[in-house]
Amino acid sequence: MKAVRRYGLRLERKRFLVRAWRKSRGLEEIANRTDKIRDGDVLCFVTLRNEKIRLPYFLKYYRERGVSHFLFVDNDSGDGTREYLSEQSDCSVWWTDESYKRSRFGMDWMNRLLRLYGHDHWCLTVDPDEFLVYPFSDTRPIPALTDWLQSSAIKSFGAMLLDMYPKGPITAQPYQEGQNPFDIACWFDAGNYAIERNWDYGNLWIQGGPRARAFFQDNPERAPALNKTPLVHWQKHYAYASSTHMLLPRGLNLVYDEWGGEKASGVLMHAKFLDTFTQKAAEELDRRQHYAASAEYKAYADGLRDNPDFWTKWSEKYINWRQLEILGLMSKGNWA
Amino acid sequence: MSTLGFVMMCHTALDRAAQVARHWAERDCPVVVHLDKRVAKARFEWLKKELSDLENVKFCKRHKCEWGTWSLVAASQTASEMMLKEFPGVRHVYLASGSCLPLRPVDELRAYLAARPMTDFIESVTIRDVDWTVDGLNTERFQLRFPFSWKRHRFLFDRYVEFQRRIGFKRKMPEGVTPHLGSQWWCLSRQTLSTILTDPKRREFDRYFKLVWIPDESYWQTLVRNYSRNIESRSLTLSKFDFQGKPHVFYDDHLHLLKRSDCFVARKIWHRADRLYETFLDDSTSDARRAEPTPGKIDRVFAKALERRTQGRAGLYMQSRYPNVEWENGKTAAPYSVFHGFNELFLDFEPWLSRRLGTSVHGNLFDLKRARFAGDADTYAGCLSAAPILRDYNPEHFLTSLIWNTRGDRQVFMFGPQDNQRPGAFMASDSNAQISVITGAWAVRLFTANRNFSDIRTEAARLQRREVEFVNTLRHVRSRAEIRIWSLAEFLEEPMENLQRILDSIEGAQASRLTEAPRMADLTGLPKFLQYLKNQGMNPFAVGDFPPEGVAPIPDGANSRPYLVR
Repeated sequence: MKAVRRYGLRLERKRFLVRAWRKSRGLEEIANRTDKIRDGDVLCFVTLRNEKIRLPYFLKYYRERGVSHFLFVDNDSGDGTREYLSEQSDCSVWWTDESYKRSRFGMDWMNRLLRLYGHDHWCLTVDPDEFLVYPFSDTRPIPALTDWLQSSAIKSFGAMLLDMYPKGPITAQPYQEGQNPFDIACWFDAGNYAIERNWDYGNLWIQGGPRARAFFQDNPERAPALNKTPLVHWQKHYAYASSTHMLLPRGLNLVYDEWGGEKASGVLMHAKFLDTFTQKAAEELDRRQHYAASAEYKAYADGLRDNPDFWTKWSEKYINWRQLEILGLMSKGNWA
Repeated sequence: MSTLGFVMMCHTALDRAAQVARHWAERDCPVVVHLDKRVAKARFEWLKKELSDLENVKFCKRHKCEWGTWSLVAASQTASEMMLKEFPGVRHVYLASGSCLPLRPVDELRAYLAARPMTDFIESVTIRDVDWTVDGLNTERFQLRFPFSWKRHRFLFDRYVEFQRRIGFKRKMPEGVTPHLGSQWWCLSRQTLSTILTDPKRREFDRYFKLVWIPDESYWQTLVRNYSRNIESRSLTLSKFDFQGKPHVFYDDHLHLLKRSDCFVARKIWHRADRLYETFLDDSTSDARRAEPTPGKIDRVFAKALERRTQGRAGLYMQSRYPNVEWENGKTAAPYSVFHGFNELFLDFEPWLSRRLGTSVHGNLFDLKRARFAGDADTYAGCLSAAPILRDYNPEHFLTSLIWNTRGDRQVFMFGPQDNQRPGAFMASDSNAQISVITGAWAVRLFTANRNFSDIRTEAARLQRREVEFVNTLRHVRSRAEIRIWSLAEFLEEPMENLQRILDSIEGAQASRLTEAPRMADLTGLPKFLQYLKNQGMNPFAVGDFPPEGVAPIPDGANSRPYLVR
């Protein structure tokens, strides 16, 4: 890579950091319990809006897996999300009513909080509908993984987004607060993903799955990216460049092996396609606050009217991480 | 009288180290703790206080320890000297770390050692015979000087090694030193240990080993060869290393694996593996075993992990395995067959082949209208979609996904010059591909097509051009597929024998003779059609040397098929 290009990326990273600082001035502190954070704690960073129904299970899931503290940015929810979160003793909450889109889909806020509180911690940056599955996640907590990563001098851990869906129309089984969303949306596509390499940032660009199959048959290049690097041993100068798909410095994006081997990786199970989704899609389309002029949500709104069922006879039913490993969606690498 | 003493090298997770030290000390095994000097004073005081009620726990002088350097040997020397001096009853000294965990009751270990009073348990392998190291510095670690830290001054470390190699520098070894390597966790008898520590040449040896790389894997292992009368070249500590030379860590879910290993001590244990510590530090559950340690079961688990990390699963492309071109270690997951032109020549080729092979056979997977999966399905294994634009977004990936998703079932599909040609080059370079081509078979379909002749002529030229390109790719020096190419005329000379040869190759030894032939298209009039094309200025050379009188028509009805075996 040419020195000029490298320097360009450096400037870009600095710009993200400055921008994060600028955008963070709109953040209002609701509950700051970050003084409870101890050395070596695993932290979780989330931006959300009107997701109260998902939170009890979300918090339970990550608490059980050893996340010590949660840092939320509430983008002007009206459903009691903020109140609920500020009562939790392991959550810190910020509030803003500024534009989600103009804060680069929340990433500016995340970058700022990561810089302020994430330095030298393993940080998990996820949405409230994303659930991290990693090798041995049924028997070992996340700190076991992060300890191992750290002793192997690995700084970032990739976890592909895996869209989960129910059998039958997504509105058929309503989601209840506190319920495991994968009791309903327990199906997924095992092997229809296309991968490209992004030479500029060094990351892989993964597309496919049920969304590509159902909504983007005719323009697959617009299908949402599924590659993610949500778990990073954060340092002050790091920045997420585009959602959690890409990071700077670019070395953090190299979560894959290029010489035939497999690095350890996980899966972010995506509980987006529940009955709550149709309403959300309509609302988001209305707000036009999402990526690429909400093209994705437009496609959903159209697709959902015609064919609200992702299920095919080739869909796989989720069992556990070992199944995902055997199917080749994630890997143990040399963690045994 | 205590006959077994433990030397513990600690630097992190002191609460666990204290727990294990207490376990041993309470069972009448003296413990000498060495704590890395880089650990803060307060933590040292805490550890001392934690163990202050135990008289047989001592703390030795602290060294600043750094991986790969002499400091680790120095620390073990200091601690061992203290052990020998303070506890005269000790007959065996066991070197352990703060993240070690005893897997069997101490009494069993004591009995085991008492039965072998003069044996030294230390892995000691000569560097001539075994490639011990994972990083290439095998003999050189004894021949070069390593004054720079690999962890902190990697640049200097590498440059200095390069420099010494270039000038051909070689250190002189002290007399009586034959380099041996092995695991740094040993258990030595008092006699051997004290001879090494009091050897008059010790200063000379120490000076030499100070500049050897990773001396804790070679110092004791080498010197023990000079003094020991009975070496058992294996470590009593179960300790596995990964490909970076970093120890594997044990977690709660390894409980049964560790129990079955029958090893005495394991390293390294994750400091938050509560269940392991609870189970193994609890004597009440012990069931007296006399079994020899068998780390083999655990070896297999870690060997697999190593293979997964370095070789990966062939044919898998995913988020954490994306090999560079030519580094795939198998471009696809399993063998598959591609038939080019066969379904033009034979009318019912796919159902026939499917019956013959007993598997599903796809039509033209790269057909421009849609991926023609077996049974004309809209989706196939792994939810692959038949939508053509989606498939053509990355057709090679579509193919590798299909082969991966159907591991265990051989994939067979049709291909032709009218299809998307992009995956052609990929298939040609894939050693899993079996590609059988009849060139010019497109003529059969055009000849029966009900279209304007000028259209047909243009189409023929187009298909021939694409086909020639594909055949050239197949014949390229880099192609690695199993390839058979016939022109239509050649193929028709002995069609069944040719088919048989392909099937033999697919089915291997169990292949049986053909008992049912696919139905061939009616070729009467094809020579005329070809001549007509030529007359129009388009030379259908791909068809081959088609005799103007036509091939002998293959008669219908099984009775008159001499090539069939009944």
